[in-house]
Amino acid sequence: MTINEVQDSIIEEFSLFDDWMDKYNLLIDLGKDLPVIDPKYKIKDFLIEGCQSKVWLHPEYDGNLITFTADSDAIITRGIVALLISVWSKRTPDEIIGTDLYFIDKIGLRQNLSPTRSNGLLSMVRQMKLYAMAYNAKSKQQL
Amino acid sequence: MKAISEIRADFPILSRQVYGKPLVYFDNGATTQKPQCVLDAVDKVYREYNGNIHRGVHYLSDMSSEAYENARETVRAFLNASRKEEIIFTSGTTGSINGIAFSFGEQFIKSGDEIILSRLEHHANIVPWQMMCERKGAALRVIPINNNGEIILEEYYKLLSEKTKLVAVAQASNALGTILPIKEIISAAHNINVPVLIDGAQGIQHGTVDMQEMDADFYVFSGHKIYAPGGIGVLYGKEKWLAALPPFQGGGDMVDKVTFEKTTYNELPFKFEAGTMNYPAAIGLARALDYVEETGREDIAEREKELLSYINERMTAIKDVIIYGTSSKKISTISFHIKGVHQYDTGMILDKMGIAVRTGTHCAQPVMDRFGIEGTVRASLCFYNTKEEIDKLAEGIEVVKSMFA
Repeated sequence: MTINEVQDSIIEEFSLFDDWMDKYNLLIDLGKDLPVIDPKYKIKDFLIEGCQSKVWLHPEYDGNLITFTADSDAIITRGIVALLISVWSKRTPDEIIGTDLYFIDKIGLRQNLSPTRSNGLLSMVRQMKLYAMAYNAKSKQQL
Repeated sequence: MKAISEIRADFPILSRQVYGKPLVYFDNGATTQKPQCVLDAVDKVYREYNGNIHRGVHYLSDMSSEAYENARETVRAFLNASRKEEIIFTSGTTGSINGIAFSFGEQFIKSGDEIILSRLEHHANIVPWQMMCERKGAALRVIPINNNGEIILEEYYKLLSEKTKLVAVAQASNALGTILPIKEIISAAHNINVPVLIDGAQGIQHGTVDMQEMDADFYVFSGHKIYAPGGIGVLYGKEKWLAALPPFQGGGDMVDKVTFEKTTYNELPFKFEAGTMNYPAAIGLARALDYVEETGREDIAEREKELLSYINERMTAIKDVIIYGTSSKKISTISFHIKGVHQYDTGMILDKMGIAVRTGTHCAQPVMDRFGIEGTVRASLCFYNTKEEIDKLAEGIEVVKSMFA
């Protein structure tokens, strides 16, 4: 699936629910199902600190694809982290850099990414793109 | 006593819905809602007599200047301050404390001096003093708190010394709701001729505040936490102190005579009001204070006392809810944590049920550190809240528990 196909399937899944509580129940389930991050990466170097919740994000680059693993101390934040991982993990840096990230808006979770919300999610999105740009620059240097 | 239905009808926003649910507004510690009369008062300024204060020779300027000065008199009367000159308008509590920290620091603080604060302070009553201490080589001393979230007075008495130059404490804690023993704090400081600043941001709206009785040297608060518009606050200072302090901002209206060689300053209170003040908000603040008087400050306090006792009763009955701040002397604020549920998750789900609470550290990280926690959920109530709303919160907490179990 392309990045946009993944985004569209998330939008479709959320569109099944009209009620906010159902949407959040889905997020909570996603949060609970997020594969655990290797505890050795749950350190300050990989911490994105918000004043509401914390996010840990670890990138791994094999020269072609970036694999992200992540975690959060709040489950709803973790649910959104899980969505971001499903969209952006195991993608090339170019794919990530070129993404128009529209699904969060479409499923009505934009408030979770507002700069004032400070749950670490906005910084996480920025950080994922920054990693992609850094790996991109690195692989071009090597060519 | 005004009926609760009548009180709620005074606040248009209280009848709105969020996410299709009736709004339960429990974030009054962050900001309060505004009664219709305040909205009207501000609207009237802009519609009927807007003009810059203290400047124009024209009709509108005269009218707004007069309304602004009347607002100062309303604040004076509300605080029972001795003189109108002791009332300075600022942008809010933070602006007031920053101003005093700067001016007091410049005038009176030297290397080795000490400022005493409490562990319960909001960052607004920590950081400005820290900045001043760094500038002047002075140091902060902190009154510790016990497990109930009360300051330990004996420790405070031990901190007082000839090095102490000022004591700055909250009237009530924003994070836990604890009311501080300011009478004891002030009288002990005054015994050794040390002035005291009281941060009234969480005190002014919950009962009667009388400057002559309290005897604080400085008292500061924000308008928006007492039903007034945002962007206006008050700095009360005893005249002897305000007269001795240099201005904290330079600009228009605060001057007497300006040449490039030297500027002399205007008299009190104008010395501290540089530039165009937020006069529409000051006029709105005066209307809000009148509204509080009309409603009855004792009635307000009585209602809030009842709400506090009911929310305590409901919350302590819920399994797995831990309450932080268990002093017997509190404003109507309750800070809690649901075992095993992150406060952000709790806040997000309560929000979807129409219940507005605050989550996180409440700009009081040292308080959270003291209890070894990352944050709490805070429900801060005021006189327009009801027991039915508290029931909804209790039900909401049960829903949160079932969702995250």
